[in-house]
Amino acid sequence: MSNSTTDDSLITTEVQTDSNDGREAPAAGTAVAARDLDVFYGDEQAIDDVTMEIPEKRVTALIGPSGCGKSTFLRCINRMNDMIEICRVEGDVEFGGKNVYDPDVDPVALRRKIGMVFQKPNPFPKSIRDNVAYGLKIQDFDGDVDQRVEESLKGAALWDEVKDQLDSSGLELSGGQQQRLCIARAIAPDPEVILMDEPTSALDPVAASKIEDLIDDLAEEYTVIIVTHNMQQAARISDRTAVFLTGGELVEYDDTAKIFEDPEEQRVEDYITGKFG
Amino acid sequence: MTDSTESPDLTRRGGLTRLKEGTYGGLFAACAAITLLTTAAIFVTLLSDAVVFFRSISIVEFLTGTNWSPNPAGGGQAFGIIPLLIGTLTVTITAAFISIPIGTLTAIYLSEYATPNARSILKPLLEILAGIPTVVYGYFALVYVTPALKATLFPEMSTFNALAASIMVGIMTIPMVSSISEDAMSAVPDELRQAGYGLGATKFEVSTGIVVPASISGIASSYILAVSRAIGETMIVVVAMGAQARMPEVQQALFGIPFVNPADVLLQSGMTITVAMVQITGGDLTGGTLPYNSMFALGLALFAVTLVMNVISDIIAQRYREEY
Repeated sequence: MSNSTTDDSLITTEVQTDSNDGREAPAAGTAVAARDLDVFYGDEQAIDDVTMEIPEKRVTALIGPSGCGKSTFLRCINRMNDMIEICRVEGDVEFGGKNVYDPDVDPVALRRKIGMVFQKPNPFPKSIRDNVAYGLKIQDFDGDVDQRVEESLKGAALWDEVKDQLDSSGLELSGGQQQRLCIARAIAPDPEVILMDEPTSALDPVAASKIEDLIDDLAEEYTVIIVTHNMQQAARISDRTAVFLTGGELVEYDDTAKIFEDPEEQRVEDYITGKFG
Repeated sequence: MTDSTESPDLTRRGGLTRLKEGTYGGLFAACAAITLLTTAAIFVTLLSDAVVFFRSISIVEFLTGTNWSPNPAGGGQAFGIIPLLIGTLTVTITAAFISIPIGTLTAIYLSEYATPNARSILKPLLEILAGIPTVVYGYFALVYVTPALKATLFPEMSTFNALAASIMVGIMTIPMVSSISEDAMSAVPDELRQAGYGLGATKFEVSTGIVVPASISGIASSYILAVSRAIGETMIVVVAMGAQARMPEVQQALFGIPFVNPADVLLQSGMTITVAMVQITGGDLTGGTLPYNSMFALGLALFAVTLVMNVISDIIAQRYREEY
């Protein structure tokens, strides 16, 4: 998957020519891109003609009211929607220059490159070590598993809290620790992109703020795409923000500062100021 | 709501309502008590009559004797449980070799692989398999399975044999394993599967590495039920395995380690504990005789075997438990 020089790439992995690129960070390449993406659940359209490019090693937030399709969009990227029988996808989602919906793409291989963190912490009923090592085990990782487990737990800011209890069950941890364990599990196989589907909505504010700090750190190495209900959270942690509104329409997508301070669209301003949604 | 000046009516309900509530509670408790009392009564009856038996025949003689002939024509009664125990264990273990793997894999298919349509057809079908009277399985073993095995694999097989009976007991208990295991696997939260798929696990890896370990205690209890059912199974065994309490020939293998040729047990007739009990009741039997009392000793032994099995399975389930 990662090596995709041979396919007829439609996307430019070069510099992002963003008119609003007034931030200090250097412009980044594109990690994931959607082209004319439509998604249907049966007859109902969940995503309506979305085209967007998501920069690599940045935090991109997807916000919008319930049912606006932001989670659906996220799950198109690693093809988790494949498991929903009535879900139908049209258009392209490109990852590393390759359309992930091409018939020759194996979703299993794709998901090994794109980690995912879910709304509810969902550690396996296994030890902390086995949880983190799970992705390595199924990928026949031949390096030092213990070392990778340690690195991943450190990367998820959990190591100091659990280093003496690696063999106890992941379910004995608190909710916030469980979510960080899930993040450690997601980064252990060293993916390129991490998808997060409202990762803090089931957590208390203190635990949530730890995850937010962590997301900031993760963006140094990974492309983070996060769905959130919490607009303050999007404003705090993301570099780019995409606003979806009802019907799966991508209304505005820009630098986070621009979206929150001076959105182009009246509907976005209404949504952000709480007049709508 | 708040502008109401009248205080809400918080007085206790009238006596009739309370009486009704109390009656319901009593009724439910009484039903629960019936089960408990029956179990206790059975155990006491077993124990008291078995005690009478053990006054004539010592426990050691009963447990180590290799000859079972409660009503011999010529005289010389013997009450050794070993041949019956061999019969029961042969049937139970052989049946478990069939029901556990097939039942478990069926459950994985139903829970993880089958489309909702396939599941809605297959699950009731499997449950019909559980509803077939066991005597039908017994005749099926005698009339079809034994001749088929004789014609193909084991020409030297006797007409009444342990193998055919065990195969049918195994098939009979498949639905018990598959149905209960499937319930346990379906109860595993979908978030765990999602986590597995999100990490790039295949369906097989999710099924065997996540779902099965997470539901192992439910799966183990399905095994307990199936094995207990096989231990207690009588009709199939009476019809297909015959009723000849026999000891297999013990041979000396390397270094004098005793061993029994499995064919000697499986391809020959035999008798299980349950069949021995049926046989005793089948004769002209008067209460208070030694054969009559031996029935209760056998019942107690059966009870003990089942209990030990349950305890072992419980320990195994505890050991590998992965609670979610």
